[in-house]
Amino acid sequence: MPVTGEHKERAIRLLLVDDEAGYVNVLANRLSRRGFQVRKTYGGTEAIQVLRKEDFDVGLLDLKMEDMDGIEVLKIFRKMAPEMTIIMLTGHGSERAAQEGVALGAFDYLTKPCDLEELVAKIREAYQFNKQS
Amino acid sequence: MEELNHKPRSPYYRALLRRMVTVIIVVSFTPMILITWGLLYQFKTLYHEKVYAHLGEIVQKHRQNIDTFLEERLADVRFLATNFTFEQLADEAFLKQKLLALEAEHGSVFTDLGVIDEKGHQLAYAGPFKLEKANYESAEWFRKAILSQYYISDVFLGLRGSPHFIIAVRSETETMSFLLRATINFEAFNSLVENLRIGETGFAFILNRDGKFQTKPSIQITEEQARGYLKEYLLLKDKSHIAEEPDVSGKPVIHVSSLLKNGEWLMIFQQNASDVFHDFIRARLIALLISIVGGGAIIVTAYVISKRMVKIIAKTDDENRMMNQQVIETGKLASIGELAAGIAHEINNPVAIMVEEAGWIEDLLEEEEFKESKNLEELKRALTQINTQGKRCKGITHKLLSFARKTDSKIHNVEINTLIKEIVSISIQMAKYSNINIETELQEGLPYVEISPAEMQQVLLNLFNNAIYAMEKTGGTIKIGTKLSQLEKDTIVIIVEDNGPGIPESNLPRIFDPFFTTKPVGKGTGLGLSICYGIVQKMGGKIDVQSAVDVGTRFRIWIPFQKEGVQEPEDIKNV
Repeated sequence: MPVTGEHKERAIRLLLVDDEAGYVNVLANRLSRRGFQVRKTYGGTEAIQVLRKEDFDVGLLDLKMEDMDGIEVLKIFRKMAPEMTIIMLTGHGSERAAQEGVALGAFDYLTKPCDLEELVAKIREAYQFNKQS
Repeated sequence: MEELNHKPRSPYYRALLRRMVTVIIVVSFTPMILITWGLLYQFKTLYHEKVYAHLGEIVQKHRQNIDTFLEERLADVRFLATNFTFEQLADEAFLKQKLLALEAEHGSVFTDLGVIDEKGHQLAYAGPFKLEKANYESAEWFRKAILSQYYISDVFLGLRGSPHFIIAVRSETETMSFLLRATINFEAFNSLVENLRIGETGFAFILNRDGKFQTKPSIQITEEQARGYLKEYLLLKDKSHIAEEPDVSGKPVIHVSSLLKNGEWLMIFQQNASDVFHDFIRARLIALLISIVGGGAIIVTAYVISKRMVKIIAKTDDENRMMNQQVIETGKLASIGELAAGIAHEINNPVAIMVEEAGWIEDLLEEEEFKESKNLEELKRALTQINTQGKRCKGITHKLLSFARKTDSKIHNVEINTLIKEIVSISIQMAKYSNINIETELQEGLPYVEISPAEMQQVLLNLFNNAIYAMEKTGGTIKIGTKLSQLEKDTIVIIVEDNGPGIPESNLPRIFDPFFTTKPVGKGTGLGLSICYGIVQKMGGKIDVQSAVDVGTRFRIWIPFQKEGVQEPEDIKNV
């Protein structure tokens, strides 16, 4: 994917975590097209392994995954990479779990399916927040 | 909700009532009858013994009186015979004088006096009859009297032709024997015996050994009876005898017999058993009356109590049935809710992917190579459509999940009328398009209710939307009213009423079922009313529907409120 040159600074590094491969793939495509540097992972364990080797600015974390519970993954992320801000993606109705995630240090949450522009805005917001703190 | 039609008069409850009444009556009557019967029997035995003893005593005393009377009269005559000489007694003037003396002493007991020689010639006579020269030689009494020291005859007619009896004493001069004879006035003797009157039917009479009456009984005695008494006569020695047997008319009669005059006469006292046992019979009657009245009271009480019990049981059964119905309804909603939540989650991801993929295509269409495509606009339109439909899916899953989870349920103290006014103001615009009026009839000063305003809003909006949808083409009126419930305690009723086409009766029972809808496919999910039902249930209230085709539909919602003191958390009276 070609990175558009509209950004003067380096691209925001995103970590995508969701066990729905179809969703991860299409989201990665669309976000890459909008200038993000996206790393796709298809589960909690894979994401943790990736995080050991690489650094990210923002993580997009699905709450419901087959191999690991999103909240558990969140706790590990917070320990491994406290500098990474995390936005959680939830199905409708799991707001309570998402709120719990926010309490545990996640930046915010969005419900799936979400508007891409909204998501992009949220990622930028998170990145700004990351930079300030 | 046709299960709520309770029938306390159904055969089951009638049978239950019958069983209860029967058991109570049997249980209370059996001991009552046994005890009453036992006591009466005991009482009767004792009473009979006592009455018999009493009668026996009276009759004995009376017998002694009569015996004494006879002995005394005999003594009177003997006194004359022994203390005066034959010459004196044969003097009629003297005799008359003595008769007068006796009359003075005893009244009219002695009718006459006579002196009779051993040949039966009456030598002297004092009395009212003309018997101066009478000859008694062949008279039975004379023959018996001349052979013994003294003699008391049976009653007979004799020469004078009226009943009387004779007391004769034999006395002797140096040359001859003679009899001093006195006649006892029958009436005087009769009245002496007749004196023995007890109760209304008790009377006495005397029989001789031949079964002839020695007194005049006041009641006719048949020959058969007389013969019966005579048999006893032969059996009796000295004692008295008591027996009870039916008389000619079949009524039980009690008679007491006793021998007198050295066993020559039999005195019989007779009284109707009903008279003798008058007190006992009255007591028995009273007991019977008390039993009947008491029994009646028991039956009435048993019936009343049982009826009340059956009513309570029927009511409890009904409540249980309703409770079960509600449990089933709630359970149905809950399981559907779980299912819905699961489905919503499952659908969410594919829909999200589809929408994103469509978005990705949209992104790609920005590339130069597609710009010239003649179908670009059509492709974009299709993608927009995919997006729109994806959002619609999201809306459906959103509804399903809110049904399952009932989110946003913070409870506040709500002024229900204010809430309704808000909703009316929201709906009134939409209603105007369909030519529908909304009328309110809100009771002022209703207490606050503790509910989630968002949920209540959802319920009322749902009802409004349904009503508006139903009258979309025809127009009409929606009335919403609030008031305090007349029947249920501490409850507010909200009534939403329309004059639309109504709901067919066949649909009414299913109207609160999830996914039940009559709207065309794609227009409704069938969840609206079942969500309403769930919400109202959670508030501790209830909702029902009445509808008639072409007349309209009325929904009623009952919402309980807490009485004053709601603000105090310690107040836990309402459990």
